[in-house]
Amino acid sequence: MDKATIVWVIISGLLNGSIYALIAMGLSIQYGVAKVLNLSHGEFIMVAAWLTFAFFTSFGINPLASAAITAPLFLGIGFLIHRTIFTTLRKRAPTPAAFEGNSLLVAFGLLYVVQNIALLIWGGKPRAYFWLTSGVDILGVRFALNNVIALAVAVALGVAFYVFVNRSRLGKAIRAAAQDPATAGLMGININWVLPLCFGLGALLAGIAGLLLSMCYSISTFMGIGYTVIALIVVALGGLGSIPGSFIGGFILGIVGSIVVQFESALSMVAFYALLMILLVARPKGLLGKT
Amino acid sequence: MDISKFTSKKSLLVAGLVLAILVFLATFPTYGSNSEVGIWVTILMYIILTVSWVMFSGTTGYMSLAVAAFFGIGMYTAAFLYPKSGPLLPLPAVVIMGGLVSFVFALLTGLVTLRLKGMYFAIFTFGFSVLLYHLMVYYELQIIGYRGQRLTPITNVTAFYILIIVMVLTLLAAYLIRHSRLGLAMQSIGESEDAAAHMGVNTTMVKVITFAISAFFMGAAGAALAPKWEYIDPSVAFNMFYSFMPVLMAVFGGMRELYGPVIGAAIFAYTERTLRLRFPYYYMLSFGIALILIIIYLPGGLTGLVPTLKDKLGGVIARLRKGGQSDRHANT
Repeated sequence: MDKATIVWVIISGLLNGSIYALIAMGLSIQYGVAKVLNLSHGEFIMVAAWLTFAFFTSFGINPLASAAITAPLFLGIGFLIHRTIFTTLRKRAPTPAAFEGNSLLVAFGLLYVVQNIALLIWGGKPRAYFWLTSGVDILGVRFALNNVIALAVAVALGVAFYVFVNRSRLGKAIRAAAQDPATAGLMGININWVLPLCFGLGALLAGIAGLLLSMCYSISTFMGIGYTVIALIVVALGGLGSIPGSFIGGFILGIVGSIVVQFESALSMVAFYALLMILLVARPKGLLGKT
Repeated sequence: MDISKFTSKKSLLVAGLVLAILVFLATFPTYGSNSEVGIWVTILMYIILTVSWVMFSGTTGYMSLAVAAFFGIGMYTAAFLYPKSGPLLPLPAVVIMGGLVSFVFALLTGLVTLRLKGMYFAIFTFGFSVLLYHLMVYYELQIIGYRGQRLTPITNVTAFYILIIVMVLTLLAAYLIRHSRLGLAMQSIGESEDAAAHMGVNTTMVKVITFAISAFFMGAAGAALAPKWEYIDPSVAFNMFYSFMPVLMAVFGGMRELYGPVIGAAIFAYTERTLRLRFPYYYMLSFGIALILIIIYLPGGLTGLVPTLKDKLGGVIARLRKGGQSDRHANT
């Protein structure tokens, strides 16, 4: 490999990795705290990507500025979905394990609901828009400006989210709820508020990831499931529910992906899966999972 | 096994009912139209997939999302052994081979994955189907250079009879496993795996073996259906839909009794067959809504309603007898 290829592999790996990290952190907080293994996570990404597309092409709204609409919208939608569906499910479930199984199935139902509503609205054809496609030089390799911006935003948001969970008062409540919801409730944390909030935060991260993805790649109504699978792999790789694990895992997967693409682009998903398989056999609880 | 079980009146009734259904099915092609036989093929397929899914996941509590994987493996086995250019083996042998190849795959993946607990297992099996899909796409586009496989076609009626035999064997296997030491061992794993291990159950072996047996029937169903569909490609064979439909059907029908999943599968397969092609988006949309509502409001499934209804009816009868005095206590 020459130097240009190496730079390309690293930068594009970081770009994809940072977006994977966002998606995986979203899934991680939804599973780690709210205990919902959200198989419809990718569909939120898809809807956000289409919304950004629509805002840009119909109203000329700057994709980054549309985050001002997308972020609160997805936070609210996620909050409401948990508050209505998953809270009911949690109260009816006899055991936590039963809730996990049932919520996975409900999330799968949600996948079909969201995807088919999107199909009725936007159809099945891929689309793309072009914004800031001029190139920038990084160590002699040209990258589109929108890719570089997406990378910067994703890293900044990822770090901000990590700091929020680890340093803020609300973050402390979230971590307490993740450890033991019942005890956290006794300590004066309103579980019926914190769990939906976590689900909403996960949806928010998916929303921003969708927004960034639409800046860099073409979008389609079927794009969601691929990202859900990637998020599942990253989250399992980093340890279920571990937010730093997801952050690091996202970048690992991004770099591995861009290396594999150099040799055989059709095999990137196979490589991800092989990586997960090896890791789970070696460490059944993931990289940073508690054993 | 206890002989007295079979002599009781209830067992005779059940045996008679099963026999009547089988006779009805076996003679159906003589009076049903070709398209009606086609509907039955779909129903039988889903019954096999659902019952074999429940065989492993229903009792052990390990949620396998690899049905699509084993179903697809069966299909591709048939594609290689029963191609358009001329069958290499007779059809029954192809179906058995489809089952065996799935069995071996399940044995190997089971040895690796069944150490994983809870959600890790679900994620892994989910990914397994996706992995096979991508591997097959790669194989077809990059190595053999064309997408999709054509098979020697068989008629609806042939597929129908093969699937009846596979279904009967699946139900028989499910019944025998339920009433054997293996079934008891699986139940104890489902209740508490640690306790089962302490009581001397070789949990890994029990799990791997039942996982592989259930995969055998999924693979056999795939191998029987692929020639009927004449053409398969990775997106047909490894469609995640086939991983989730059996779960939904089992949950809908209820998993406590063996006939629960059968009823669930029959109802859903019928509606799918009649509605999916006509209104694809709305069908899938309502499929999603139905899944959500069923899980929230019908956790025991249809057959789970039976004891509840009995309770409710019992409560009403008791109330009538006591002249309405015990209103408050009747349901508690």
